[in-house]
Amino acid sequence: MKRSIAFSLRFTAKLRRVRALVWKEVHQIVRDPSTIAIGVVLPVILIVLFGYALSLDVKHAPLAVVLEDRSPAATALASGFELSPYFRVRIMRSMAQAQELMLQREVDGVVRVREDFARRLGQGGAEVQILVHGGDANRARIIIGYVRGAVAQWAVRRGAEGRSAEAGPVVVVDRLWFNEANDSHYFLVPGLIVLIMTLIGAFLTSLVIAREWERGTLEALFVTPVRVDEILLGKTIPYFVLGLIGLALCIVSAKYVFLVPLRGSAWVLAAVSMLYLLVALALGLYISSAVKSQFVASQITLLVTFMPAMLLSGFLFDLRSMPAPVRLISYMLPARYYVALLQTIFLAGDVWSVILPNAAILAGMAALLSLLGWRVTHKQLA
Amino acid sequence: MNGQAAAPALCARGVHKSFRRETGETVQALDGVSVEVAAGSLAALVGPDGAGKTTLIRLATGLLRADAGELSVLGIDAAARPQEVQNRVGYMPQRFGLYEDLSVGENLDLYAELHGVGAEGHAQRYPQLMQMTGLGPFTRRLAGQLSGGMRQKLGLACTLVCSPQLLLLDEPTVGVDPLSRRELWEIIDHLVEREGLTVLLSTSYLHEAERCHQAIVLNQGRVLVQGAPRLVTDRAAGRSFLAVPPSGQNPRDFQAKLLDGPGIVDAVPQGSRVRVVCDASEDAASPLDGAALIPVPPRFEDGFMTLLRQVAGGGGAAPISLGRPLQRHGGDAVVRVRDLVRTFGRFTAVDHVSFEVRRGEIFGLLGPNGAGKTTTFRMLCGLLPASGGSLEVAGSDLRSARAAGRQHIGYVAQKFSLYGQLSVRENLSFFASAYGLHGALRRERIAWAMEQFGLQPMERLPSCQLPGGYKQRLAMAAALLHEPELLFLDEPTSGADPLARRGFWRRINALAGQGVTVIVTTHFMEEAEYCDRIVILDSGLLLAQGTPDEVRGHAIGAGREPTMEEAFIAVVERTRGRDGAGPQA
Repeated sequence: MKRSIAFSLRFTAKLRRVRALVWKEVHQIVRDPSTIAIGVVLPVILIVLFGYALSLDVKHAPLAVVLEDRSPAATALASGFELSPYFRVRIMRSMAQAQELMLQREVDGVVRVREDFARRLGQGGAEVQILVHGGDANRARIIIGYVRGAVAQWAVRRGAEGRSAEAGPVVVVDRLWFNEANDSHYFLVPGLIVLIMTLIGAFLTSLVIAREWERGTLEALFVTPVRVDEILLGKTIPYFVLGLIGLALCIVSAKYVFLVPLRGSAWVLAAVSMLYLLVALALGLYISSAVKSQFVASQITLLVTFMPAMLLSGFLFDLRSMPAPVRLISYMLPARYYVALLQTIFLAGDVWSVILPNAAILAGMAALLSLLGWRVTHKQLA
Repeated sequence: MNGQAAAPALCARGVHKSFRRETGETVQALDGVSVEVAAGSLAALVGPDGAGKTTLIRLATGLLRADAGELSVLGIDAAARPQEVQNRVGYMPQRFGLYEDLSVGENLDLYAELHGVGAEGHAQRYPQLMQMTGLGPFTRRLAGQLSGGMRQKLGLACTLVCSPQLLLLDEPTVGVDPLSRRELWEIIDHLVEREGLTVLLSTSYLHEAERCHQAIVLNQGRVLVQGAPRLVTDRAAGRSFLAVPPSGQNPRDFQAKLLDGPGIVDAVPQGSRVRVVCDASEDAASPLDGAALIPVPPRFEDGFMTLLRQVAGGGGAAPISLGRPLQRHGGDAVVRVRDLVRTFGRFTAVDHVSFEVRRGEIFGLLGPNGAGKTTTFRMLCGLLPASGGSLEVAGSDLRSARAAGRQHIGYVAQKFSLYGQLSVRENLSFFASAYGLHGALRRERIAWAMEQFGLQPMERLPSCQLPGGYKQRLAMAAALLHEPELLFLDEPTSGADPLARRGFWRRINALAGQGVTVIVTTHFMEEAEYCDRIVILDSGLLLAQGTPDEVRGHAIGAGREPTMEEAFIAVVERTRGRDGAGPQA
């Protein structure tokens, strides 16, 4: 009985100390413009930037259509391009002129309708030549696809109008799974959540313990009844809440501004995001505690969390198309598992066979990094 | 608990502690230190830089662990059970870690909560602390916006919220102006006398040790003396004198001569006379040249210097000689400042200040933190434009021809501002090029600097790895490469120990003797005695100017000759009293 009272007294004292440290941190966050800038302003800028300015979609691609043939069939084909939202078409008469524009990158592609187009159409062997600027291979492939699509549509329309279906009855229908509209927002916005969680979780916290070392505040703090775990908790809790605010901001803008469908449950999304946030926080605190310098800590954090989250998590570039060694590295990155979770929950739904293993790995990482952070922080100087 | 009252509050036996520098060498910070601090007493740790004062205090807090030896604090083994020690002691590090973006009240609340001070504890302790520190009216102000002195008081208050049994203070008064220092001491005295607290503090102001019950003199990790301050002071008993310089001789030159003389332990200027401590072995008549000697009671500092000289040996830095002494046109003004004003927004940092500095003078700018010393300084060096008034340095108007003015001046900033990654030689050669020196002249000047400042042994060392004293020498060497007529030194002796300070002033003295005009800021009031003339600034206003003796005249009435510090306090208080409450922050 006595023992349990002593324990509960000790526990109350501990709670009081953690509460005091959390309040201290909250006051500091609210009053420090740089924390607010990184924690709130930067996420908003990222959302706007990624959401509106950065888009991997090809729309309004400048295209030259060289009409060497003036037959109604050729004109109908050209107008098909003109009506497409994917192209901004410039009709011209000479191939040389179009090639000139291509060299100047005024246009991304040239569609050439030769003068014998109508005649050969009648014979059943019409050709449309497509030239695409290959500077950006990805974009080039997408443009070729669109051009094919436009030609096919024209052929279908012709067939429907009762004329001979020279292009054949077979029409290739492309369908993209999970991203039917081929809208890059669908995968950019979930990716954005990874970046913002990494920024708030790891980058901000990597500064906070190092800052206390640099300003000498820890030395005075150490010579009080405070324990190491309390200092770490006092840092984790406020930034966890800040991270949740960032998360809410991202989910709301994903759903209501960029109209990304959320097929899984919002609760599962929140739960796995919290797990990732814990990993990021623990990693940031560990780095901060280990290096004790704000500058070095921020550089290391950028290098080991932010950059890989951008490049190696599968958010921008597909991991399956990477060479094996790089792919191996990606398995060490917590961001990889979070990206897999986000893409699944947003675009496919609550697929437990994907969610459970990924979430388990994140939980394991959070536990391991917290332990490391606790081990590396001593109430000792030098 | 009562049974422990007789036990010492802190007891160290044969404590050793060494560190490894980044360069790989091992530094023995504490070398078999045995110390005892009685409960309820006030003890001072004194000693030169690197003596091990901070290391000993950190060991006592359990923040460091000794390599060997025993250290018990309040009867607890500090190495084995650091947390228990940390629950019971109050500790104020050298740079007290106040949270600058928290208010005074929030900082106090944080420490109260961490120590588990309950609501009734608050109600009882806070009014006491507020009254003691005078922080009451500022509870809502952010700690970052407090003056240096108030910050220290807040730091002290934070360590006191929990009513600790032992207070460990690491240089609590360093960098604090005399007024705030006096207030801090009033608090400490109150704590020891009224509340029966045990206090162990370290200090580089030697006269502060005199007011403690016990003085512990550390040098190079060993205890030289431990006991009542009298024990130290008495080492110089019957050997302290005031020497009157022979007629026609500058007291400064006389002091320099004395310091070199055999049988002299210490010589510092004091107004128009020189305070001398003679060696016991000789009658030391030779260098004194039959100058009149007035016996004076020894000070702690006299005894301390006697002790150190016995251990460290005499001598020190040789004075510098310029390659080509500047011609001395005695008397003409090299710096003319009239109605100088500098405002930052609505805040007036320097308020219609006027003074003149004559060629070959050592001119001191004194004042509490935030008085406008550094702002004035920066304007003189052409680093900051003035808001109003006129400013003439070495014949050029700095408001219109800053670059021309800069050719004539050398500037040593308060912080070490050379390139840490470059070696000593590389730094000198860079600064020589920056000043436009080249060819033979450049080689000659670098060789001169190396020789005069004794930098040859360190030539290839990256300057960030230089010991403290050498860094300062290198900074001064770099500032003198282009043979400036005027040398500006911003707080050059801040953080330096008494021995290093003497070496430094010896060089300055030699420079002034060869025609270089030196303008210096300092918060060591006794260093004003080295200056030919001084000005005292407070809140941007010039309060007094004249020779040290003239300024000391402001504090007449103490019955004996007032110290520079007393004069300073008298001058500042008189003006603040006249303006009502006066500025506090």
